[in-house]
Amino acid sequence: MTDASPDRSRSRPRASGDGFSLAKLLLEGRAFFALIAIIIVFSMLSPYYFSVANFLTMASHVAIFGILAVGMLLVILNGGIDLSVGSTLGFSGVVAGFFMQGVQLTSLGVILYPPVWVVAVLVCVLGALVGLVNGVLIAWLKVPAFVATLGMLYVVRGAALLMTNGLTYNDLGGKPELGNTGFEWLGFNRLLDIPVGVLVMAVIAIIGSIILNRTAFGRWLYASGGNERAAELSGVPVKRVQVSVYMLSGICASVAGLILSSELTSAGPTAGTSYELTAIAAVVIGGAALTGGRGNIRGTLVGAFVIGFLSDGLVIIGVSAYWQTVFTGAVIVLAVLLNAIQYRRRVKLPSSTGSPPTSPQKDKAQTADPALEKTAG
Amino acid sequence: MNAAPEFEPAAGDTVLAARNIVKTYGGTHALKGVNFDIHRGKVTTLFGENGAGKSTLMKILSGVTTPTSGSIELDGQSVTFSSSSDARNRGISIIHQELSLAPNLSVRDNIFMGREIPGATGVDFAEEARQTRQLMADLEEDIDPMTLVQDLRLGQQQIVEIARALSVDSRILIMDEPTSALSATEVEVLFKVIRDLTARGVSIVYISHHLEEALQITDYAVVLRDGSITATANARHINLEWIVRNMVGENFDLGTPPTGHAFGEIALSVYEVSVADVTSSERLVVDRLSLDVRSGEIVCIYGLMGAGRTELLECIAGRLSAAGGRMLLEGNDISRLSIAERIARGLVLVPEDRQRDGLVQTMSVGANLSLASIGAFVKGMFLSRSQERSLVDGSIRDVRVKTAGGGAPIGSLSGGNQQKVVIGKMLTTSPKVMLLDEPSRGIDIGAKAEVFRLLSERAARGLAVVFSTSEVTECLSIAHRVIVMRRGRISAEFGADATKEEIMAASGEAVVSDHEEHRSHHRDRR
Repeated sequence: MTDASPDRSRSRPRASGDGFSLAKLLLEGRAFFALIAIIIVFSMLSPYYFSVANFLTMASHVAIFGILAVGMLLVILNGGIDLSVGSTLGFSGVVAGFFMQGVQLTSLGVILYPPVWVVAVLVCVLGALVGLVNGVLIAWLKVPAFVATLGMLYVVRGAALLMTNGLTYNDLGGKPELGNTGFEWLGFNRLLDIPVGVLVMAVIAIIGSIILNRTAFGRWLYASGGNERAAELSGVPVKRVQVSVYMLSGICASVAGLILSSELTSAGPTAGTSYELTAIAAVVIGGAALTGGRGNIRGTLVGAFVIGFLSDGLVIIGVSAYWQTVFTGAVIVLAVLLNAIQYRRRVKLPSSTGSPPTSPQKDKAQTADPALEKTAG
Repeated sequence: MNAAPEFEPAAGDTVLAARNIVKTYGGTHALKGVNFDIHRGKVTTLFGENGAGKSTLMKILSGVTTPTSGSIELDGQSVTFSSSSDARNRGISIIHQELSLAPNLSVRDNIFMGREIPGATGVDFAEEARQTRQLMADLEEDIDPMTLVQDLRLGQQQIVEIARALSVDSRILIMDEPTSALSATEVEVLFKVIRDLTARGVSIVYISHHLEEALQITDYAVVLRDGSITATANARHINLEWIVRNMVGENFDLGTPPTGHAFGEIALSVYEVSVADVTSSERLVVDRLSLDVRSGEIVCIYGLMGAGRTELLECIAGRLSAAGGRMLLEGNDISRLSIAERIARGLVLVPEDRQRDGLVQTMSVGANLSLASIGAFVKGMFLSRSQERSLVDGSIRDVRVKTAGGGAPIGSLSGGNQQKVVIGKMLTTSPKVMLLDEPSRGIDIGAKAEVFRLLSERAARGLAVVFSTSEVTECLSIAHRVIVMRRGRISAEFGADATKEEIMAASGEAVVSDHEEHRSHHRDRR
């Protein structure tokens, strides 16, 4: 489908642009086949698993992680990591709740009830700001991504707790007379029977895919993640790209926060705790390299579905929550293991074979002076 | 397929003999029945282009990989090496081309890494330090054992790498490009060490792209081409042309300065530019250097390691910031512009280290080629794939990259073709000035000639070219003007008619040694 995706272009020389290729499928297939296996196994174990209704329910659970994972993928493609998305998710929900309760402007003596779409936009701007702080810390102030976003994980979570004093906003419904109803639409409603959250995830994934494959920004992202120094010397604005990916990741976290608080019709300051790890896991299961430069949206989404369908399946067949954690962990380790094998093989092959012969092999020993040819000894 | 010439291994003289070594990777024959002898107490040099199979052969001899078929005899006994440590235990060690040191550890810890000397309480650090000091004394290098490797110059790091190999008592020592980062003086010391070693009966296998240098030290020359030995000879009977002829298989020439076109206006003007040392801002690695280059002109910058060539070029390109001075591109001040802005105005750099700075290994050949000129095929918001493909295909033809196509992984290309991709990438931006930092580094002689031919073609069409090199023969190829740098300044400037001796003397390099003089005299007589 693309020129930019290194996974596919590396698998074999591209014969024809958009053609279907078995090699492509097998390469990405790993996570996909795991997903099919999960569906088959749980369908056999439980009569309730294999039904459209259940798939849609599970998909709406996946949506939260899927959206986070798309943002995380952009950061990981850049060679970074964003640990702050779980906190940003929680904070976004809390801020949305805060706006839904009405903003009291004491100096003017009025209470503003912004409409839901304004709330959503404000929350996304907030997520972008968190990402901006991350990006500036990492790109300009040279703080390692792990540390910068770990710091923001605490700061943002703290901010959410401070805002609510540790309490939860329970009433997000709004009132018709105030014109701020409709918040539950994101999490509850369905379009054509599909939960809105799932549709949002699909839209974000499509936009992400277009950005990665069809825009200069996407190419810059793959290049600066693959080799930042080379990208910089080729005129790629590596710092701008770096800041942008953290902002996009922050926006994704905010969108996920809106959907989650809409689903729950409540916004708690501890929502989304440790979700960043699930998002990272989805990206890794989807075949992206934590070193940057390799990975794509499709794989990441499959990764999110693997995690979601696995844990929901375990719930359905009644496996204890403790075992679920163990299973999820095992899947992640297995995925990284397979990634390592896959990338190691690719690196090894070309170096050992070297170049194709530069000239057709001519006659042997081209020595002008035959006397020289004899090994002296 | 066995292209080995007549072979008369003298009994007792040969410490290791490889017989009919075949190595295939998939369908590719890396080695096609090679017979290779290592002579006791002698230096055997293996010559060959990149991809000729040198590294594969050395990997087999040092136990890193196993041959598809064929046998290895050590002291007349047939052996198989299960691993590189197995080979090391039998007295065969190798100095790899790529440095394999831990930069965060001290010289001492690097040298004894994995074979620490046990003492009463854990490791006997004092003894390790003593031995390290002794090794450094042997190599005439004033490096304290406790210095961190990351604080050493590249050349000194290479010395540490050599010291580590010497610290193991080996009977056979394989040196793969040991001098690539060494100064002339350091090379002299290394050669002295090599002669000491051979006098003690150690056998050396030597690989180098510096042909003249290798010719100085070697006793036997073996030439490998396309996986077969094309010639072997006693070094007394051969000269440079002989090696090159057997390596390339045809008459070979690095080219002459392109003529028949008039130089244009001054394209690049560097005025009193200084660059501060990264470690201490007091020291200037480029010291108030001024240089003008006209369009259509090819200027070569020669200098030893640490002369400031790389820093100068990276500063002009915008990677390093200048501590002072001005840079003008076609009369416009570019001193404050970013790298991207300089590229947009027509100033590009082909960096020294193509793996680290030139290529994105995770991307295809095509994506690498088009990386610097993405703006040329953006339609509205989106990339135009058809335009990109025609740009990539044009570039592949233009710089003559041998590849299966734009979609091929960049790692599938040989070093020379990878270098052409880096050059092609910058050429697609239609530059006015092209800076190349050691463009011939690590590429074979055929690719080198092609790169130089490409540059002279472009110069004839008005491109201003500045390239740096540490090989004198390259100065005397396509350059109209040779600038010699020494300690951050221009120490001399020559026309195309300069001699090697003049250039080397101006760089501060040791004047040709007796040994070398003797040999060149010998060559002349032939």
